[in-house]
Amino acid sequence: MAVSAHAPAGSEPILGDLRALGFGERLLTGPAELAVFASDALTAFHQRPLAVVLAETQDEVVATVRACHRRGVPFLARGSGTSLSGGSLPLEGGVLIALNRLNRITRIDPQARLAVVEPGVVNLEVSRAAEPYGLHYAPDPSSQSVCTIGGNVAFNSGGAHCLRHGMTANHVLGMRVVLPDGEVVELGGESLEPVGPDWTGMFCGSEGLFGIALELTVRLVPIPEAVHTALAVYDTLEAAGDAVSRIVASGLLPVALEIMDKLAIEAAEASVKPGYPPGEALLIVELEGGRENVDADAVRLAELLRDSGATHVRTTEDPAERALIWKGRKAAFSAVGWLAPDYVVQDGVVPRTHLGEALAEIERLGAAAGLRVANVFHAGDGNLHPLILFDGREEGALERAEALAGDILRLCIRLGGSITGEHGVGVEKRAHLPEMFGPEDMALMHRLRDAVDPDRLANRGKMLAVGDGWS
Amino acid sequence: MTLAAERVDEVRELVRGATGRLLPRGGGSKPALSAPPHDGVVTVDVSGLRGIVAYDPAELTFTARAGTPIAELDAALAEHGQHLPFDPPLARAGATLGGAVAAATSGPGALRSGGVRDFVIGVRFVDGAGRLVSGGGRVVKNAAGFDLPKLMVGSRGRLGVMVELSLKVFPRPRASATLEIAAADLRAAVGVATTLCAGPWELDALELLPDGRLLARLAGDPEPMEARIARLVPALPDGATARRLPASEADAIWRAAADAAWVPDGMRLLRAACTPAAVVPLWDAVAAAGGDARFGRAGAVAWIAWPAGAALDPLDATLRDLGLAAAALTGPPLPELLGAVRGGAFADRIRGALDPDHRFLD
Repeated sequence: MAVSAHAPAGSEPILGDLRALGFGERLLTGPAELAVFASDALTAFHQRPLAVVLAETQDEVVATVRACHRRGVPFLARGSGTSLSGGSLPLEGGVLIALNRLNRITRIDPQARLAVVEPGVVNLEVSRAAEPYGLHYAPDPSSQSVCTIGGNVAFNSGGAHCLRHGMTANHVLGMRVVLPDGEVVELGGESLEPVGPDWTGMFCGSEGLFGIALELTVRLVPIPEAVHTALAVYDTLEAAGDAVSRIVASGLLPVALEIMDKLAIEAAEASVKPGYPPGEALLIVELEGGRENVDADAVRLAELLRDSGATHVRTTEDPAERALIWKGRKAAFSAVGWLAPDYVVQDGVVPRTHLGEALAEIERLGAAAGLRVANVFHAGDGNLHPLILFDGREEGALERAEALAGDILRLCIRLGGSITGEHGVGVEKRAHLPEMFGPEDMALMHRLRDAVDPDRLANRGKMLAVGDGWS
Repeated sequence: MTLAAERVDEVRELVRGATGRLLPRGGGSKPALSAPPHDGVVTVDVSGLRGIVAYDPAELTFTARAGTPIAELDAALAEHGQHLPFDPPLARAGATLGGAVAAATSGPGALRSGGVRDFVIGVRFVDGAGRLVSGGGRVVKNAAGFDLPKLMVGSRGRLGVMVELSLKVFPRPRASATLEIAAADLRAAVGVATTLCAGPWELDALELLPDGRLLARLAGDPEPMEARIARLVPALPDGATARRLPASEADAIWRAAADAAWVPDGMRLLRAACTPAAVVPLWDAVAAAGGDARFGRAGAVAWIAWPAGAALDPLDATLRDLGLAAAALTGPPLPELLGAVRGGAFADRIRGALDPDHRFLD
C-alpha cells in the first residue's frame, strides 16, 4: 500500500477547515473513535484515517470534498463498511466521510416505480418503504440488512437474485454526484431509458474513484405474487453443477440458482440452523412471478431436478421457511467462522459451462495448498465464492491463503471469466486487474480516472494501483 | 466522404489518420445519427466488420462484431431457442448490433427484461487516439474495472468506434398473446399501464397509443397462457376493455412497431426518454406540431414522429421542462440531443479522456 506511516504535511490545516464547517462532535479525530473506521468487512486490512466526518446533509458532503480538494487531502465515503474487497478501507492521513446519517428516502413514486434515496439508506429499507405500494428494490446482497445503497452503487453489488434481476447498475436510473473537485453534477434521470451516453451506468461500480453519489434514483419492481423455492441434494458438487447447466439449458429462467458445498452447509447448520438436508452439495433454486407461470415452471423444475440425480428434493412456498433457507445461505460467509478462525473469500466468475471444471480445479488447488475451501456460489451466473479457511495465528497461513486466492482468480481469468462478480476490486484484487485486462485497457482506466480526478484524491488506492501498465 | 473498414486495424488506421471529424456508421437504419451532419465529417463505415465471433447457447451469451446485422443475430439465436429480449428495432431496415448500442434503441420487450443497457456485458472499441481498448468481458456478471460497456450505450459514435460487443441473451418464449386494451383517452391509458405494471402480470410488452389504446403482450410458456389472460382481463380498471388479437393481426402490429412503419411519410422519428407522468404533456407538444407518437415500455420511452418541416424548438422546450432528453433517429442529420442533457463536467472529462483530439463529433 502506498500509504505513509504518518499523517502527511497539510493534515492539520484540513482539520481546521473541517472544524470551521461546523461538524462539532460529528468530526471525529480521537484514536479510539477512529479505530472503528479502520477496516471494513475485509478485516485483514486496517488503517486509521486522519479524521472521520459524520455527514448529515448532501451539502456537508460537498463542503467536505471541496475542503479536501483544496488541501490535496485524499478522502473516501463509507456506508456500513461491509465491503469484502477493502473498498472502504481508509487512508492514513485521509478523511473518511461516513454517510450512514445521510439516510433519507426522499420520495417513492409508485406510478413511475422508482425511489429517490440518499446514499446512506440501508438496502433493505428501500424495499420496506416501497412495500405498501406492492413494490421492492430487487438487488439483494447478502448484507442487505446493513449495507447501504451508496456502497452498493460504488461497487455495483450483486446478490442471489442477479440471475433474473441484474446487478445494482441495472437498477440505478439517475444520481446527483459530487466529483472529486467538489463540482456537483446530475447523471441520468427518472426514465428507464438513457439518451446520450449512459453516464449513470459508468459511475456505478467505479469504486468511489469518480466521486461520491449524494442522491440516487433507483427503480422498483413489483413484489412477486408467487415464490417457489426448491432445495435439491446431490452426492457430488459436480452433479449439482450439472443440474444448473440442465436448468439453464431448459429455457427456465429462475431468479436464483445457488450451490453450497458440504463445508458451507455444515457451517450454516452450526450457526443459523436453516435445517438444510445433509449432503455433499445443496442446490437452491427459486422461481418467482405470477401464479400461473410459477406453477407451470415448478412442474418443469421438479422434472429437471428428478432427472438430474438429486438424492433429495424439498420445495416450499411458505414465506417463513423460505426466509430460513435464505438466512442460511446469506449467513454462509460469517458462518464459516464456526469452522476456522479466519477466512478469505473470493468472488471470481467463470463462464457457467465451466463451473464443474472450475470447482474441480479449486478442490485440487486447495488440497495442494493444504487449506480447506468452503464453496458457496451463485451458480446460475458462474459467480464463485470460495471461502478459504485458515488460522491466522499459524505462521504463514494468511500468505498461503492469499496465494491460493490468487491462483483461483487466475483460474477464473484463464477460463474466460472475471476476477470479481460483485464485490469489486477494492484493495484486495488490484494486483489481479492487470491480469484480466491488457496494458491498453489498464492505461485507459487510469486515463479516465485521471481525467475525472487528476489529484487521485477520491478513494485513492482502490481498484487501480500505481504501476499497473501506467507510467 | 465515406471510408470503409472491414478489420479492426483498418478502423485504427482510419482514426489515427483522420483529417476531419469521424462518424461511425453501421447499417444506416438511423440516418439522423449516422449521416454526416456537415461538410468535413468523414463517415467510417463499419458494416463490413460483421459476424458472430463466439456463441455458446449453453452460456446464454454471444460475442459479435459491431457491424453484425441484428437480423443475422436474431436468426442465429432463434436456431437455439434464444433471443435478445429487448427487440432491437429497425432490424429489417438493416440495423446493426453496434448501431443498436450506440443509439440505445430497445424495442417493446424491454418492458419485461430490460433494455440494451441491461444486456451489454462487454465491448471492444477504438478510442479517439486510435487505440483498441476493451471493457467488461464475456461473463454475465462482472464488477471488474469501469463499466465501459454501459458507457457505450447511447454514445452515438462520440466516444469511440465499437468493433466488437458481447451480450447476454435469454430463452425465447415459446408462446405469446397480444391484447388490445381500450381506455377512454391517453391519460386513462397511462392509469391502466400503471395498474398493470404494479400487478402480477409479467407483461412482455406494453405500448400506449395516443388515442387511449394499449397493446399488451404476454409471452412465455404456452401451458399457462390461457389462465393468465383469463385472470388479467377482469382485473383491468373500470372503463377499460380488452380484445385478444388474432395471431396474424398481433404479428403485423409488432412488426410495424419494430419497423417504425407507423411513422407517416414526411415525418422524422425521434426517441425520447419518458416517464409515465410525462406521457400526456409530451403528447400534447407532439400533437400541437401535427406529429404522431407511440409510448413504449409502459411509458418509459417515447417514439415521436415529428413533421419534417416543423421546427424542433417546441419539443426541445417541452423535454427540458420535463427533465428528459431525445435523439433523432431518422430524417436529416441531427447531431445534437434535444431536451435536458445530463452529465455536465463528468461527461466532459470522460469524453476528453476518450477523445482528446476531438476526432469524433462533439
